[in-house]
Amino acid sequence: MSVITARQLARTFSTKRGRERSEVIAVAGVDLDVDEGEIVGFLGPNGAGKTTTLRMLTTLLKPTSGSAQVAGFDVATQASEVRRNIGYVSQSGSTSGDARAGEEVVDHGLLYGIPRAQAERRGRELFEQLELDGMWERAPKTLSGGQRRRLDIAMGLVHDPTLVFLDEPTTGLDPQARANLWMHISDLRQRLGSTVFLTTHYLDEADALCDRILVIDHGSIVASGTPEALKREVSGDLIELTVGSADDVAAARRVLSALGDTTIDQLVISVRTPTAGRELPGLIRALDAEGVVPEAVEVRRPTLDDVFLNLTGRSLREGA
Amino acid sequence: MRFWNETFVVWRRQMRMNLRNPAWVIIGLTQPILYLALFGPLLEPLAAQIGADNAYTFFVPGLLVQLGLFGALFAGFGLISEWRDGVIEAERVTPASRTALLLGRVLRDVVLLAVQGIVLIAIGFLFGLRGSIGGMLFGLLLVILLGAACSAGSNALALTVKSEDVMAPILNSISLPVLLLAGILLPISARSGAPDWLIIASDFIPVKYVVNAVREVFTGVFASSAVLWGSVWTVVLFAAGLYVGTRTFRKENA
Ligand SMILES: Nc1ncnc2c1ncn2[C@@H]1O[C@H](COP(=O)(O)OP(=O)(O)OP(=O)(O)O)[C@@H](O)[C@H]1O
Ligand SMILES: [Mg+2]
Repeated sequence: MSVITARQLARTFSTKRGRERSEVIAVAGVDLDVDEGEIVGFLGPNGAGKTTTLRMLTTLLKPTSGSAQVAGFDVATQASEVRRNIGYVSQSGSTSGDARAGEEVVDHGLLYGIPRAQAERRGRELFEQLELDGMWERAPKTLSGGQRRRLDIAMGLVHDPTLVFLDEPTTGLDPQARANLWMHISDLRQRLGSTVFLTTHYLDEADALCDRILVIDHGSIVASGTPEALKREVSGDLIELTVGSADDVAAARRVLSALGDTTIDQLVISVRTPTAGRELPGLIRALDAEGVVPEAVEVRRPTLDDVFLNLTGRSLREGA
Repeated sequence: MRFWNETFVVWRRQMRMNLRNPAWVIIGLTQPILYLALFGPLLEPLAAQIGADNAYTFFVPGLLVQLGLFGALFAGFGLISEWRDGVIEAERVTPASRTALLLGRVLRDVVLLAVQGIVLIAIGFLFGLRGSIGGMLFGLLLVILLGAACSAGSNALALTVKSEDVMAPILNSISLPVLLLAGILLPISARSGAPDWLIIASDFIPVKYVVNAVREVFTGVFASSAVLWGSVWTVVLFAAGLYVGTRTFRKENA
């Protein structure tokens, strides 16, 4: 069953620059369908429209046009039913620096209408799971950036939502905290059957965590599919051959051309092939026959970065 | 029921934050006390001329209105920093009533104002304030309603402009003329020697009627047209403030 459906969802902002008014198209007609229990990654460079889309789906921002149903309710006309059924962790924090971490979490739960004892118990549980033990009484401004990020996440999850929107949940987390959060998110689905919709810049994150990825660029979705399927669209593995001297480049290229179109970057010659593993022994023999001694041979499986490059002509890493 | 629960949660959170950092509450109270100590003595010889038996029974009501007006008008600044911290958005993504999010904050200002007002009246007694206790309580009630209106308006303005730099000039350009024209410090009347044009200008400031009413009830006079008009204006301002406030908080894109 589909828990998020969006049709031609769009949002423009008008901004004033001096006297001139200009329109910024933040989201330009997005169609989405997310099924119950799915973990979906929303991937795109800075300014692609991820946060704007999330804020529309969580009723914080009215769409300029288009429609969306979240948890079975319309975001425009049934906002409070939508709110009752979701959790949201914003990109930019959600606590007052001078408050107390635990109180912020409990109060947030109370605004969802859960009983005080439950909010308190769940809050303390989350503090433990997110490695915030001992920080219950601390003022958020005294927490480190990554600890504050985890506090935001605890707040968003305190009422055990079955549909969660996470806007760059792992930004600012160290690798271990990141892995811990991934585990926690998978666990959320296992325990409650929750649906998770998260945005990220990190390809490895989307790859490791998500059942399905939507790639957004300039306000439009440019691709969608499982990480595997998206990678398959980039035709095959990349073989990168490094030779010792410029004299060998031409010969090496001749050999590699048998597999496909080659690209040359100084001493590195590369080619894409669907089945690198099978080609490799023959390749080495052929190089040997030509008298070329490879310095290094590397086989790279396609990454989501390659997918992005393929789709948009730009590398994600340049933007992120 | 649910609505009041939500209001209570918001209010308690606000109170906690205020009590943890009471500097502003104390500064808000110090100001009228300074007026009382440093400006009050100047009024004593003028009391008869402006038509008062007791300079402090005349002056304390003005300070009380000033307290209600300015303490609450500047309450919106707190909301801007909360908005910057993401607190407002975090509250707005919950199913809590938008009106509860406003009302919790307005009630915080009401409680602070009630405490400050009682302290001010008590200190007024030390200076020589005398009058009807019932009247003082009624006067305090009027001031609290006025303060609630200002607090709601200020929070609504803050949520609309979301910037101290825009908010501060707007508030200053409202508050100074109101302070002077409402006769908070010195009454504007023929008796105090005000020119006609100034009297006419002051007639357009609703707060003036509130000040007049509070002054009357402090002396124990309830059945007068000044008290009636002052009460009517207080209720009108209260209703208008809450209306504008709830409307702004309910707006989808705020
Ligand atoms: N309130 C606003 N007023 C004007 N323009 C806005 C506003 N909010 C967002 N935008 C613009 O809309 C576009 C999309 O912004 P959005 O925040 O959705 O990007 P994002 O994909 O979340 O980026 P990031 O990875 O940096 O978080 C950007 O060009 C941004 O400048
Ligand atoms: Mg964003």
